[in-house]
Amino acid sequence: MKILVPLKRVIDPYAKVKPLGDGSGLDLSGIKFDINPFDEIAVEEAVRMKEKDGSHEIIVVSIGTSDSEEQLRKALAIGADRAILIETEHIYDSLGIAHELEAVVRAESPDLVLMGKQATDDDNNQAGQMLAARLGWPQATFASKVEAAGTRLQVTRETDSGEEVLELPLPSLVTADLRLNEPRYIALPGIIKARSKPLEKRPASVMSSPKTRTVRYDAPPARAAGRKVSSVDELVAALQEKGAL
Amino acid sequence: MSKLLLITFDGGAEGHQLAGFAQKLGLPFDVLCISGEAPTEIGAARVLNAGLAEVPPADALAEGLKSLVAGYSHIAGLSNMRSKDVLARLAGLIEAGMVTDVIGLQSPTSFTRPMVAGSVIATVEVLAEPVILTVRPAGFPADPVSGSSPVESVTLAASGQAQRISVTARGGARPDLSQARVVVSGGRPLGDAETFERVIGGFADALGGAAGATRAAVDSGIAANELQVGQTGKIVAPELYIAAGISGSTQHMAGIKDSKLIVAINKDPDAPIFEFADLGLVGDLFEVIPEIRAKLSV
Ligand SMILES: Cc1cc2nc3c(=O)[nH]c(=O)nc-3n(C[C@H](O)[C@H](O)[C@H](O)COP(=O)(O)OP(=O)(O)OC[C@H]3O[C@@H](n4cnc5c(N)ncnc54)[C@H](O)[C@@H]3O)c2cc1C
Repeated sequence: MKILVPLKRVIDPYAKVKPLGDGSGLDLSGIKFDINPFDEIAVEEAVRMKEKDGSHEIIVVSIGTSDSEEQLRKALAIGADRAILIETEHIYDSLGIAHELEAVVRAESPDLVLMGKQATDDDNNQAGQMLAARLGWPQATFASKVEAAGTRLQVTRETDSGEEVLELPLPSLVTADLRLNEPRYIALPGIIKARSKPLEKRPASVMSSPKTRTVRYDAPPARAAGRKVSSVDELVAALQEKGAL
Repeated sequence: MSKLLLITFDGGAEGHQLAGFAQKLGLPFDVLCISGEAPTEIGAARVLNAGLAEVPPADALAEGLKSLVAGYSHIAGLSNMRSKDVLARLAGLIEAGMVTDVIGLQSPTSFTRPMVAGSVIATVEVLAEPVILTVRPAGFPADPVSGSSPVESVTLAASGQAQRISVTARGGARPDLSQARVVVSGGRPLGDAETFERVIGGFADALGGAAGATRAAVDSGIAANELQVGQTGKIVAPELYIAAGISGSTQHMAGIKDSKLIVAINKDPDAPIFEFADLGLVGDLFEVIPEIRAKLSV
């Protein structure tokens, strides 16, 4: 099976992020970048599938500037076989990303696209579903378990009220939720090996004009400062006074 | 002409939760319900019931919705996992732009939404119609409307490739997290599922509220996944949010910012949660919660 894992370079999910004073963007000074954590889970899942069945091939793809090479190398260190960078400075919305990825899927013909459910910078949760729609493939979003059974997949997915199991024919698209797996610690031999794995750069081929555009970035309204109470009595009195109970 | 379609999945509460957004947007609107019946008293021009026995998987449902959404400039659902699953696929099918987690609007083409775990509020401009939106209802209180809307049946032909094998719905008797008036949440120190249920679940029941949890609690098997509150879990906006044994990570706070009153119980006086809490009590939750219940006799 050929597995394609699209991944995004995002702001370190543990960084404290603020907008620039003039609202024109995010203040990225001193900020580190990493693979979107949900995409890293997707890479990990693909590698685990390969560890069970050695015939799988894992291709990772990212869209962006050459900065994203760092994240592609990390995915290769986790165990992906080769990487593609769609090198571009074009500004995309999620639909534009889906168009660009659709072109990669048509060129590579994977059996499965496995990607994160959302990127932790934009928090959109759109690109996977849009790509599946473009391809006409069935989808299973918010996956917490993926089992391959011949030419079909059984995916346990989280829902608003619990979970459900979907069975999908291949090719299909799955988006990873937090509980799909815990990505491995990357050991030095993997990092060294990754340096010699192929990373191919291709120009963007679609570059559709975005249908939505972020025009301002503001800090969220601050909550009024709270106070500490020193006893349960004081807490209960304050709650009653505010009519919260 | 600009026109809004509200998409609801199983009727009732969803339509009511979306009514405030529809009013604020100010466009004439219809409400579609896929399974069950949409409310007739929220001011919709038409109520469209598809009457399916159950909500189909996303591939089939989005395909079926394609013809029903034709002609609308705006298509909106509640911001939850089901809407994101189905409506983002629909956006891909009809080549529409999409704005998820709308919390405010300036005009029918300008919306605000949180990003980077709520650290930033983005203003998103819609450059082409139709646009698909998922909406967080907390910022859109509804005004009462008079009169009732005409009801029509519509045909939604849904066939797809994904097959649903089984469904596990938990939940039980407690109110829905995203609508509850009171939410009591617990974190990692609850230790195990039985303790979580007894201490957090018990306190939530006593206050007539819902129970919530952090990712750390869910990941370690202390709480069920659908109880996770935060950036990648549920967004809550209760009158009262009680956080017990929760450190206050950015990702957790992203889910509770719209709560009216946040109470934190944490034994570490320097825990970040105290920066956000309206009322903070430094103490051991296993002592404090029983004491509160005793004082309130609940
Ligand atoms: C991509 C990504 C997405 C995430 N999404 C979410 C999300 O949606 N929701 C979420 O919650 N997290 C999310 N997280 C995880 C988040 O970063 C934190 O790790 C998590 O919220 C911490 O949970 P916690 O507060 O239960 O645990 P901890 O951080 O371990 O805090 C436990 C707290 O309990 C206190 N404590 C211990 N014992 C007691 C006691 N007896 N009485 C009182 N207090 C006590 C401690 O002082 C401490 O402050 C996400 C992380 C990432 C990277």
